[in-house]
Amino acid sequence: MSLRRTLQVAWEGLTLNKARSFLTTLGVIIGVAAVIVMLAVSAGAEAEIAEQINSLGPNLILVMPAFTRGGFGPGMGRPPSLSYDDISAIAQNVTNINGVSAEQTTDQNLKAGGVTLEDVSIVGTTAGFPDVRDYRVAEGRFLTDNDNDETLKVVVLGYDVAQELYGEQSAVGQSLKIASTKFTVVGVMEPKGVIGNTDYDARVYIPLTVVFKKFTHARFGGDDVRTIYVSAASREVMDDVMSQVSTLLQKQHSTDATSSGFNMITQDSIINAQASTTEAFRNLLGWVAGISLVVGGIGIMNIMLVSVTERTREIGLRQALGARPRDVQLQFLLEAMMLSLIGGLVGVMAGVGGSYLFNALGTMRTDLVPASVPLAFGAAAVVGIFFGYYPATRAARLDPIEALRRE
Amino acid sequence: MGENLIEITELAKVYSTGEIAVQALRGISAAVKRGEFVAVMGPSGSGKSTLMNILGCLDRPTSGTYVLDGEDVSRLSKDRLAGVRNRRIGFVFQSYNLLPRLTAAKNVMLPLLYNGHQHLSDKECYERAVAVLESVGLGDRTQHRPNELSGGQQQRVAIARALINDPSIILADEPTGNLDTQASEEIMDLVHQLHDRGSTIVMVTHEPGIAEYAQRVIYLRDGQIASDRQNGKSRKRGKL
Repeated sequence: MSLRRTLQVAWEGLTLNKARSFLTTLGVIIGVAAVIVMLAVSAGAEAEIAEQINSLGPNLILVMPAFTRGGFGPGMGRPPSLSYDDISAIAQNVTNINGVSAEQTTDQNLKAGGVTLEDVSIVGTTAGFPDVRDYRVAEGRFLTDNDNDETLKVVVLGYDVAQELYGEQSAVGQSLKIASTKFTVVGVMEPKGVIGNTDYDARVYIPLTVVFKKFTHARFGGDDVRTIYVSAASREVMDDVMSQVSTLLQKQHSTDATSSGFNMITQDSIINAQASTTEAFRNLLGWVAGISLVVGGIGIMNIMLVSVTERTREIGLRQALGARPRDVQLQFLLEAMMLSLIGGLVGVMAGVGGSYLFNALGTMRTDLVPASVPLAFGAAAVVGIFFGYYPATRAARLDPIEALRRE
Repeated sequence: MGENLIEITELAKVYSTGEIAVQALRGISAAVKRGEFVAVMGPSGSGKSTLMNILGCLDRPTSGTYVLDGEDVSRLSKDRLAGVRNRRIGFVFQSYNLLPRLTAAKNVMLPLLYNGHQHLSDKECYERAVAVLESVGLGDRTQHRPNELSGGQQQRVAIARALINDPSIILADEPTGNLDTQASEEIMDLVHQLHDRGSTIVMVTHEPGIAEYAQRVIYLRDGQIASDRQNGKSRKRGKL
C-alpha cells in the first residue's frame, strides 16, 4: 500500500472520532507548549537577573560581613561588622577605585508644602554613590562626606519626586519633612528610570549616618553597614582592589587573615552563581515539561490501544482483503504520529504565542529560545513513534480469523 | 494451469489449546474445477469454518497441501498469504463487514488499496468500483453509506468488493445468513449470475435450499468429507 493512501486511511481513522482525537492531542499540545514557554521563561529570568546585576554599576565589588557558623557563644565575641568608618577608610586608602558607597533604605512619608508622598524609599548613602551607580546629579549637588560626618539633614531628590513636589520650580534650597524631621533639598538627580525592581527616580537620598541616627536603631545593630559597594577602576584591577580591601579590613577590625570576617563578591561571581541557579531552574522546568510530553504520549498510546480494540473487526477485514501485517502496523503508527505531530504543531503555535503574550501582558519576561521550537516538535514526533509503536504492533499481530469473529 | 483451480491433499488442522488438541480437519482431499460452484455443508463443529479459513488463506494447515491456481500456498509466509488473499480471493461474509464510515464505492475500493502490483490512480480505482457496483445492480447507490442501504444491498456491495480485484475464486461464508427470504433469493440469483459468467465459487451454508443453487455439495462431518455429490437439480431458481 502506498504511503499516500496509508496516510489517507490513517486520517480517516482519526476523523472517525474527532472529539477523542482532539482531547488526545491536547496532552501533546500542552507538553510542547510547556517546553517552549518554560524555556522562554527561564531564559527571560536569566536575562533579567543579568541585567539587574549589571545595572548595579560597573566593576562592582560587594563587601559584606561573613556569617559565622559557630553562632554567638561565650568567648567568641560578636562577629565583625562593617561600619561607616570602614567606608571612609576604603575611600582614603584603597587605590584604583572609582568610588565606595553603602546603602540603607527605609520607607517614610515625605511632606512638602501641602503635598504628602507616602512610603517613599529613603536611601541613606554616602558621597561615593553616584560613582558606584554611574548616576549623576542634574541640579545642585550630591551628598558629601561632610554631610555624613556632621549628620546634616540634607536630601537629594529622585527626578520624579522633585517633579511631583515642585514641578517646574527649582527644588534646591526648598525644605521638606521626612517623617517628622525637617530636611533641606540640596540636589536633584537626573532621570534614570526603573532597573530591575528599583525605580531610581521615585527615591530620595540622605546621609547614611542620618538614617542610622533617625530611622534605624543603633541599639539593635541598626548602625551596621550591611554591604559596602566598591567600584573598581577597571576589570583588570578588581583582584588587586579586593586584596587591598581585605588587608585594610583585617587591620581595621584586627581579625587574622585566615578568618577575615568578611566576604567579597563580584558581579561575575553573582552572575555565575545566578547562572547555576537558573540552570537548575531551567533543568527543572525542562523536566516538568518533558514529563508532560511523556504523559501526552501515554495518552496517545492509551487511545490507540482503545482504537485498536474497537476496530479489531476492521483490522480483520483489511487483513482478509489483503493488508499485510506491516500495512496494518503502518496505518496505526501513522495515526499515532499524526496525533502527535498535529499536537506538536499546535503546541508550537501555543507555546510561541504564549511566550509573546506573557511578555506583552507584562506578566513575566520571556525570551523565546529558537532551538526550543525544533526541540519540542522533534520530541513530539519521537513521542508519537515511541508510544504509537506498541498499539500498532498489537494491531498488526491480530489474527484475522479471531479479529473477524469479534463483535 | 490445469483444470483444477483448487487441489487439497490430506489436509489436516489441529488446534491445541493447552493440553487438549482438537482435530478440526482429519485429512481432507478434494479438488475444485475452474468455474465450478460448490456448496460446503455440515453441522457446527464439522470443520467447515476451518476449511474455509484455510481455503481463504487466512489460516495454514497443520499438514497436507493446498494448491491454489497452480501454486502451493500451504506454507507461505503471512505477507505472501496477504498478497494471495488480495489478488486471488474474494470474500463474502455473513455480516457483510462493510466499514460504516465509507461510502459503497469506497468500501468496494478497499482491496485496491492493498494491491501492490497495480498502480491505479484514485480516479481509475473509483471508476472501477462504480463499474463493479453497476454490475451487481447498485449503480445508483455508489455514494450511500452502509446504514443507508438494506441488508441485501449491503451484501451486494460486499460482493462487488469481492469482485474488484478479479479474483480466481469467491469464498462465501453463509452469504444469506442475515437476510430475509426475498433478499436471500436476490443474492443467490446474483451469485448464480457470477457463476454463469465463469466465476469459481465455494460457499458455506447450512440451509439446504441455498445449497440447491450449487452444482456440487460437499458434506463435512467430524473433520472429514461425509459425502460429495453433484447436484442434479442445480440452477433451479425460486425454490426458497
